[in-house]
Amino acid sequence: MAAYITRRLLSTIVVMLLVGVFVFMLLHIAPGDPAAIIAGDNATPAEIASIRQQLGLADPLSVQFVRWFWDLLHGNFGRSIFYETPVITLIGQRLPATLSLTALTIAFAVILAVASGVIAAWRAGGWLDGFLMGFAALGFSTPVFVVGYFLIYFFAIRLRWLPVQGYVPLSHGLWPWLSHLILPTVALGLAYVALIARITRASMLEVLAEDYIRTARAKGASTEAILFRHALKNAGVPIVTVIGIGVALLISGVVITETVFNIPGVGRLAVSAITNRDYPIIQGVMVIFSGAYVIINLLVDISYTLIDPRVRY
Amino acid sequence: MSDLAISTVFLRRRGFATFIGRNRRIALGGGVILFMILAAAAAPLYAGNPNIMNPMVRLEAPSATHWFGTDALGRDVFARTVYGAQISLAIGLSVAVLAVGLGMLIGLPAGYYRRFDALVMRVMDGLMSIPSILLAIALVALTHGGVPIVIVAILLPEMPREVRLVRAIVLSVRERPFVEAAIAGGARTRKVLLRHILPSTFAPLTVQGTYVCASAILVEAALSFLGAGVPPSIPTWGNMIASSQLYLGLAPWTMFFPGVALAVLVLAVNLLGDGLRDHLDPRLARSL
Repeated sequence: MAAYITRRLLSTIVVMLLVGVFVFMLLHIAPGDPAAIIAGDNATPAEIASIRQQLGLADPLSVQFVRWFWDLLHGNFGRSIFYETPVITLIGQRLPATLSLTALTIAFAVILAVASGVIAAWRAGGWLDGFLMGFAALGFSTPVFVVGYFLIYFFAIRLRWLPVQGYVPLSHGLWPWLSHLILPTVALGLAYVALIARITRASMLEVLAEDYIRTARAKGASTEAILFRHALKNAGVPIVTVIGIGVALLISGVVITETVFNIPGVGRLAVSAITNRDYPIIQGVMVIFSGAYVIINLLVDISYTLIDPRVRY
Repeated sequence: MSDLAISTVFLRRRGFATFIGRNRRIALGGGVILFMILAAAAAPLYAGNPNIMNPMVRLEAPSATHWFGTDALGRDVFARTVYGAQISLAIGLSVAVLAVGLGMLIGLPAGYYRRFDALVMRVMDGLMSIPSILLAIALVALTHGGVPIVIVAILLPEMPREVRLVRAIVLSVRERPFVEAAIAGGARTRKVLLRHILPSTFAPLTVQGTYVCASAILVEAALSFLGAGVPPSIPTWGNMIASSQLYLGLAPWTMFFPGVALAVLVLAVNLLGDGLRDHLDPRLARSL
């Protein structure tokens, strides 16, 4: 176990190093002078020179990379060209909104998806199964922004039940915070729910065919006990795996959801940075999001042994 | 995974009608896709000009002259929706074909040569960890866009899944007796890979290819929506939705039609994928 975790940690470090190389190289793969790209179309030569100076672009590439990565490891993500503020400060300011949205979405999605997956498997072949899986197929096929605007149109503009856009911090009260997050959470979570529900159903169907389920039924265990205690626990590994992999879906979705609902989060910071060609911000957000994805999947791998003692490394 | 190459599976069926009867999802998904391809390809014949602006008819509701209404610049939403299908289909299909091709090209040797494998898989892990939308927008923004760049930007984060799939199949197939027999019989590595191992990847790659196509259509729409996709002069479902967000309460049809078209196309592609998966791999079909 300890050996496995060590090995897994080492490969995580290698992956993060590679992510660093990709993110760093992106600016240098692009045709043309990176300083000129960042400065934009209307920059004077003096502005370009000052950006080159600021980013140390005159040094050899390898030197630049080592310096950039070393700074990164010390929490120094560089300074924004547009805001002239450290990138880490900008990300820090926008993190609460993004964390609120993603945490709420994961909680909402996992509960709803596992419940509907279990019900669909229990009623496999029936109308409820057909309805839930049809809904999942639709949810998986409709882009976040289409769902988002649909929800805004009906629940905010027509029915006026919820605010159209924006974000209110939790410190301003639970309901104001929650009411602004309900529609974005549903929009962002729909594809994630669909993904997890489909895998839950498949994994449950496999387990429900096992002998020990028949034994449990024969000894008179209740349906709930069979579904949740006997079956779900044994069907857990694929479900947890897809929850981890699906985080990638969620991260891309966050960028769009924050734009649709005008939420001042990390995703929108990145989108506006792209318009401003604020490269240090783009790099910083990419590293942060990739890091989150890699760490969540590391935790998922480690959690296998907790869910299923049969899994050994 | 099934070892059967698709062609043999299709040929074994008795007739087209029987095939359709047994595979309603393939028929429905494939039918919708085919209809959209034809509608998009024939657009110049019937749809009218998607870029003509007419300030006299701004934000008009759907009517006999403008079936889907008009947008804020007085452009015909029907024409723009039909032309928008061209980009979605072209990018979805090219990304799917390229991803499958690259998946074979990289995955085949990766599954066969251990050292190459370790290197390639870490690079793929790295590529998969970067949020695809961010990677794509960064690439498009840095290179000033264009359709080929958008294709590369979507392809890069999609490709690792095919590489991993091909590699996984190669790893399992290379231990099978018929491959061992070929090696023992003195077949060269090239021949073993191309003649004996490669065919096993066709069926799963076809299925995975449809999913890549669906995902590429979604990412393209998202990129256009964020303003980081193909040039704004080309009508796409994504940029139509983006430009109508201000008029959502006033003229919902400007968003409704491209949104529905997008969802229907992606649903059709996913349906085709699910149908193909169940058809090509009945063992998996039972569990899913």
